[in-house]
Amino acid sequence: MYLASAQLHIPDGFLSLIIALVAWLLAVAALVAAVHRSQAQLDERLVPLAGVMAAFIFAGQMINFPVAGGTSGHLIGAALAAIALGPWLGILVMTAVIALQALLFQDGGLVVMGANILVMGVVPALVGYGLYGAAAGRGRRAQLAVAAVAAWLSVMAAALLTALLLGFSNTVSFSVVVPIMLGVHALIGIGEALITVAALSFILSARPQLLQRSAAAGGRGWVAAGVAVALLVVVLSPLASSFPDGLEWVAGETGFLESARAAPFELLPDYTIPFLGETALSTILAGAVGALLVAAVAFVLARVLRERGGANNDSRVTPGRP
Amino acid sequence: MSTGSTFDRYQHGDSAIHRLDPRVKVVITLLFIVSNVILPDGAWPAFAAAWGVLILASALARLAPAFLLRRSFLALPFALAAVTVLFTQPGQPLWSLRLPGSTLAISDAGLVRFASILARSWLSVQMAILLTATTQFPDLMHALRHLRVPGVIVAIIGFMYRYLFVLADEAGRLLRARAARSAGTARGSGGGRLVWRARVAGAMVGQLFVRSFERSERVYNAMVARGYRGHLLTMSPHVITQRDRLALALALIVLAFIQVAGHSL
Repeated sequence: MYLASAQLHIPDGFLSLIIALVAWLLAVAALVAAVHRSQAQLDERLVPLAGVMAAFIFAGQMINFPVAGGTSGHLIGAALAAIALGPWLGILVMTAVIALQALLFQDGGLVVMGANILVMGVVPALVGYGLYGAAAGRGRRAQLAVAAVAAWLSVMAAALLTALLLGFSNTVSFSVVVPIMLGVHALIGIGEALITVAALSFILSARPQLLQRSAAAGGRGWVAAGVAVALLVVVLSPLASSFPDGLEWVAGETGFLESARAAPFELLPDYTIPFLGETALSTILAGAVGALLVAAVAFVLARVLRERGGANNDSRVTPGRP
Repeated sequence: MSTGSTFDRYQHGDSAIHRLDPRVKVVITLLFIVSNVILPDGAWPAFAAAWGVLILASALARLAPAFLLRRSFLALPFALAAVTVLFTQPGQPLWSLRLPGSTLAISDAGLVRFASILARSWLSVQMAILLTATTQFPDLMHALRHLRVPGVIVAIIGFMYRYLFVLADEAGRLLRARAARSAGTARGSGGGRLVWRARVAGAMVGQLFVRSFERSERVYNAMVARGYRGHLLTMSPHVITQRDRLALALALIVLAFIQVAGHSL
């Protein structure tokens, strides 16, 4: 279990350059929004809070419990960070954890760090906080039950995204890796759900006021996006596991797979033409335009969410809590 | 339980590589990794040349010859996932395994693809290890700031590094307290049902969360008391020298040669 959970840190060399760059663009868009929103809320308090809580996630991963046959389970923490600290701060905290693990321990790559931030920071914030936010203001039991589902689904969503990124880079074959990744992480997710719920339950009993800031940090946009992504994972996972060839078919039909595979290798196609061949140039341009479009959509979304979130903050400063 | 040295990956030394400006080292490391990623499958001479560069740099940094190798097996678990391309890449079958119901065949193209993915990742990991081993962490953070990574994010990572040791010790104390209070069984399951064990671990995580949160408030108050206004200051202004420019130019030329070799041979 311990080894398996480490598999979510993608090392360098396992993603094609185009996929890694698109992931970076999306991650940067999310980070810009996260820094902006967190600074607006916390001001100069942000750095000490996020830094210490990132160290908490790292230390929390050391707290393990025996499972069976010498294996042990431990916290991943992405869902807990998003739920307990709010989505924006959760993204920043997980980004620090991922960056430090890559820089200090080479656990996860540098060029593919954007992908790791998406997988372990942004997706759990969406799924974990989004779902949990839907239960804001309900009773304690309902909140904890929703938190369990949110933690489990956030692990599944991360595993699915990892498998997809690897598959589109032609590093693994969908037909084998999607079912294996989802199968293994369905078990890891149970451990994550148990620990997350127990930790939240402790915090709710000991310091309930710590969770109120996080409840106010997001907005209805997060809930909508979170529920949408969660539904997507729920629908896509069984489909992807039972018809993985469908993914390859989609990739082939849209031409995405070809551009993803070919572009890095055609960067310097033949030395008869200096640097860029016509096809490579067009693929790269297409990739860049696509990435820019996605980034633009993300920015617009972030702005809309910010305005919504701001309005929501005023109306629900203290969500009802038993 | 855990001390500072458990986490510190810096190998103290005073070599040419240690003295390079951290910015230059970060840029060269990233370029090296990108260069590996865009090498085509099966470009063995180019992969070998990249490895040669690594060995040379490691010798220049006066690291033990096996140092990079020993630390470089981190990406191995992930390689298991890539094993699947052995069987699914279309090509000439080299070896096949008859299973009841189906045959698994390893193709030549699959083997080349698999070995190339491993080579890329293994070379990249070693370069990252070299960077961490020859650059002190605060210098690395300073370099990231110079390279236009937002100051807030760099400051958060720097803070995390500072409190890693403190909170790991805190977690270690929680673990020791649990071990002292629960008699383990011979098979080491820790007793109780699985769900109960997970809940105990979860409550410990919750405890650690509350302690960390409160610590961050104390830290913040102490910082404000000492004149903190929202950014961290540093006293070591890094200056790019002629030597750094030369190193960067040399690295660019070598990487360009590796690319040419990889794409034409």
